[in-house]
Amino acid sequence: MAVTAERGPNPDGGAGAGPGPGVPRVLVVWCPDWPVVATAPEAAGTDRAVAVLEAGRVLACSDAARAAGVRRGQRLRLAQRLCPALELRDRDPETETRLFEPVVAAVEAFTPRVEVLRPGMCAIPVKGPGRYFGGEAALATRVHAAVAAALARGMSRPAPDAQADAPPEAGVRLPTGQRVPGDGPEAANPEARVLPHCQVGVADGLFAAVLAARAGILVPDGRTAEFLAPYPVAALGDEPLAELLVRLGVHTVGDFAALSGRAVADRFGPTGTAAHRRARGLQSRPLVPRPEGLDLAVEHRFDPPELLAEPLIFIARTLAEQLHTRLAAAGLACRRFAVEVTCADGRSATRLWRHEGKLGPFALAERVRWQLQAWQTAGTFTPASAADSTDATDPADAAGSGEPAASAGFTTLRLVPDGLVPDQGRQLALWGQAVAEDRVERAVARVQAVLGHAGLRRAEPAGGRGPAEQLARVPWGEAYEAPAPAPWPGRVQDPAPSVVPRSPVPATVLDPDGLPVTVSGRAEVSAPPARLVLDGRLLEVTGWTGPWPAVEYWWDPDRRRRRARFQITVAGERALMLTAEGGHWSVEAAYD
Amino acid sequence: MPTFDSALIRPATLAPTGEDLLPVLPALAPLLPGGGLRRGTAVSVLGDTGLLLALAAGAAAVEGTWSAAVGLPDLGLTAAAGYGFDLRRLLLVDDPGQHWPEVVAALAGAVGLILLRPEGPVSAQLAARLTAVLRRGGCALLVAGPWPGAGLRLAVKSARWFGLGEGYGQLVGRQAEITAEGRGAGARARSAHLWLPDEHGTARVIESAESVETVPVGSSGAAVRSGTAVPPGATVFPGSAVLSGPAVLSGPDEAEPALGGLGLAVV
Repeated sequence: MAVTAERGPNPDGGAGAGPGPGVPRVLVVWCPDWPVVATAPEAAGTDRAVAVLEAGRVLACSDAARAAGVRRGQRLRLAQRLCPALELRDRDPETETRLFEPVVAAVEAFTPRVEVLRPGMCAIPVKGPGRYFGGEAALATRVHAAVAAALARGMSRPAPDAQADAPPEAGVRLPTGQRVPGDGPEAANPEARVLPHCQVGVADGLFAAVLAARAGILVPDGRTAEFLAPYPVAALGDEPLAELLVRLGVHTVGDFAALSGRAVADRFGPTGTAAHRRARGLQSRPLVPRPEGLDLAVEHRFDPPELLAEPLIFIARTLAEQLHTRLAAAGLACRRFAVEVTCADGRSATRLWRHEGKLGPFALAERVRWQLQAWQTAGTFTPASAADSTDATDPADAAGSGEPAASAGFTTLRLVPDGLVPDQGRQLALWGQAVAEDRVERAVARVQAVLGHAGLRRAEPAGGRGPAEQLARVPWGEAYEAPAPAPWPGRVQDPAPSVVPRSPVPATVLDPDGLPVTVSGRAEVSAPPARLVLDGRLLEVTGWTGPWPAVEYWWDPDRRRRRARFQITVAGERALMLTAEGGHWSVEAAYD
Repeated sequence: MPTFDSALIRPATLAPTGEDLLPVLPALAPLLPGGGLRRGTAVSVLGDTGLLLALAAGAAAVEGTWSAAVGLPDLGLTAAAGYGFDLRRLLLVDDPGQHWPEVVAALAGAVGLILLRPEGPVSAQLAARLTAVLRRGGCALLVAGPWPGAGLRLAVKSARWFGLGEGYGQLVGRQAEITAEGRGAGARARSAHLWLPDEHGTARVIESAESVETVPVGSSGAAVRSGTAVPPGATVFPGSAVLSGPAVLSGPDEAEPALGGLGLAVV
């Protein structure tokens, strides 16, 4: 085979598992243009040009649009220029998933180990069902027929208006008709285009199988690398890598696969190695079926109930060690873990712990210790305490329940891993990444043990005009996606106020005659402000400026605000920022 | 009286620090004995958040030094950034409540500087115990309010804002006279005249040229927009930061708890 010749030069590529046999055969079912099928079922197969957009780019388009030159990933403007009659739809992931469910069910009839890659594409391992149904080709034929039937049923039921558009005879005949299956299903016969069709592909490994499904090909065992060779490197799905390879003169997957694995690993690191393995028809990741209930929790029961906390802390270290070993054996790391403590009287308390990276057993045990100490300090388990004294600051994370009776000792300590991810190690960026040092992380965790998860926050950039809106306070350890930087015309200029109360403090502003000052819709003040009444004190206004109108979110009834801001100085040399909104004045910020 | 469990205090894992002074902004250095914040000591800042932020901002210049703000939920973070704070290395504990001593003890070993507004009055005993923890951790403490045994007390004696007229203009800065008094090396009273903040939001010394020009604010109607020439007709500040002799100081008891400053939060 030509394939072996290509693999030959790479004995050093870390692919000790060898070729063919190490890579499981995978069958992929692909329904083309699924976003279009889901959002515009009536247009499928007709001459209407439909495109589904996501983030301003074409995500999928109908055949008619494709014929006009519209492609996936194109900008909307270019697509519209190529095809002026283009109808646009927004992506609707819920509908996509819902409509794809019958397809998954049809495939599940062959094997329960279906992995949904995304709505419109799913994969099954070939090994078991292939043998049962009499070979890969037979399996592919059957799967294709079942999926086509499911598609026909699914499309004719939930969208009654679709039948009005589609030719009636086609809509009726196809469901029963056994479609011609298999390797090249995409359709010489025009009827196939009326309803959404599907393609099936089989190859070594998931990556190749996806490409095989797009081509509608059954790649024979062991010839996957040969099948992949003519594809451009962009097909490897790693855009920066592909760009670089093209510049280096490596244009096809076959060229890339011919490079030595060691050289690729040296130059491109783990992602490059994964791409190289894909290019050689090997697996870059194993096929993961729908998650099964993997119970990795560890627990220790105390009999008789333990009255002191210290033994618990000892046990916690052992448990943490166990948990770590189990996770490592499963090749997983946990982003969070829960500490659960149960008392003899049935009361229990739980707290979730998060961490930026990997929790070592020592760090894990240390967190259990802090947690137990925090609970003790808060009096969660002491007999005298009320049950609700667990933690007032963060009730979501803490759960103290039951009678306020004597707890009579701890009975169970349990550590439950949560947020499991494949353990890929952690690589820190070389520059520009503020990484919390370990001792800061530990201090943060201790404070969070005392105050709850939301007790410690960090500042993150947010958008806004007012002084309180420009930065957000985000709980430590929680992901935060900063909005794209925007100019915010009309934002309050420097210097910024040094005191920004969490909620504005109500105030009254009076004119020289003692009447309240009002701001008109045209941003004019009724009279110059002369006095400010704040917290029962009358203050003389020595200087003022404004109003600076801010009309925000007028299109959104829930968020819209219409405000006018003032800066004033009052006697005693203090400067304040006042806000007039809806006829009421308040102090939004102070400058000293 | 807050509960404070000494068992929670972890033995210090003190990073080897070459010097025991945290730098401050150059404009503020003359106010502090040694020209910086001494690690392991407490400095009390009375009634002015801007001064608190300006004092803390210099620590951000030290590579790898984190800061924490405990019990200061109304801190103007944008202003903090203006003074030069690195917000990526700032921890915010907004509502420590009665647990603030534990929080300070936990943070002392990890961060270089803590800004603190304690809840309720602080007993001398608690202050002494926390100071010991701070010394072990090599952490400086800036307290918004009085602090028993503070090595240094800073306050804004007088201040004046510039830039606002009768319906026009915009705040461009504040000239403030800051006084410092303390014990030991800080026993000699010091004062300084500063822009706090200036038109860019940071703290700097008032140039002598700025204090000579006089632009009446508000009376003659001259709109003052540039931040460089603003001082009032009445007050002519002396030149750059001056170490004066014994001055009349506003002690901790005289600091009026009023609107503005930190008092606004409790309104």
